[in-house]
Amino acid sequence: MTPGLIYAVTGLLLFVIGAAGVVLLAHALRKILAFNLMGSGAFLVLVGLAQRTGGVDPVPHAMVLTGIVVAVAATALALALVRRLHVLQVELHAKDASVAETEDA
Amino acid sequence: MKALLRGTVVLLALALATLMLVAVLDLPMPTVQLPASVAANLAQSGVEHPVTAVLLNFRGYDTLLEIAVLLLALLGMLSVAGPQTAPKPALHVRPDPVLQALARLAVPLMILAAGYLLWAGAHRPGGAFQAGAVLAAAAVLLNLAGLLPAWSTPGRLLRLGLAGGFLLFLAVAAGLLVEAELLHYPPEHAGGLILLIEAGLTVSIGLILAGLFLLFGARPAAAAEES
Repeated sequence: MTPGLIYAVTGLLLFVIGAAGVVLLAHALRKILAFNLMGSGAFLVLVGLAQRTGGVDPVPHAMVLTGIVVAVAATALALALVRRLHVLQVELHAKDASVAETEDA
Repeated sequence: MKALLRGTVVLLALALATLMLVAVLDLPMPTVQLPASVAANLAQSGVEHPVTAVLLNFRGYDTLLEIAVLLLALLGMLSVAGPQTAPKPALHVRPDPVLQALARLAVPLMILAAGYLLWAGAHRPGGAFQAGAVLAAAAVLLNLAGLLPAWSTPGRLLRLGLAGGFLLFLAVAAGLLVEAELLHYPPEHAGGLILLIEAGLTVSIGLILAGLFLLFGARPAAAAEES
């Protein structure tokens, strides 16, 4: 087993752990983290498999570099969406509470 | 019921892992020798480092679309954030004088390192993304040390900086259409054009990545009203 293959196998295990996390974890923030773990696993598979032939293949390396940046951007957008959702939920709860108060009075 | 569901998911994940393990171990060697063709064309690419050559020349449109995706993510963040209030003047924690002194020392060095990484990209590991990431880290460090306030809605100059790298890249790509094809650099000017694009990308990537963090510092109007 070459070092490249060890990296690839580690990457696919990380991918599977992340995939299970996306399904099993309830909180949106944890889902985003699990999704990032899936992404990191995929990058590790690409970089690991790129070394199988002995030399280093620059094409998958460039793809992973692109992928990392896109993953950062997507994570930030996901976090922004989660925060917006949280703000809206807080507003909704406040509204429900005030409606309940006026009904009691 | 919940335990059953969890067990099923874990079993499915194990099955997926086994399947992928078999697939990876059984993978045939690639029939197309990409490293060889990259090495053969490296002399025409204008740079000496193969990864930079792939990123900016051979697969330049990947990088063009990547910076477009970054910009799109930032625009998406701005549009879902809702109306912004003025950023908080101070952080939750009292700024630490040691951290502030360290940040003041580190940030000029980080900007220097970003310039070096940008320049080094042509012949060794480095390039616009690494340099941009260092710049963004410098901005985040300044913000955490309480020296740089979080951003609210970006002004005109900041907008130009955020979009500038993409626009410059697009302008070069479109300008090359007159001579040849999209992103087909003439070999004698390739090095200069790639450095120009990378310089623009460094500034924009640094600002966008910093923006992804610093725009979070501004509180949405609704949350600010409640607290």
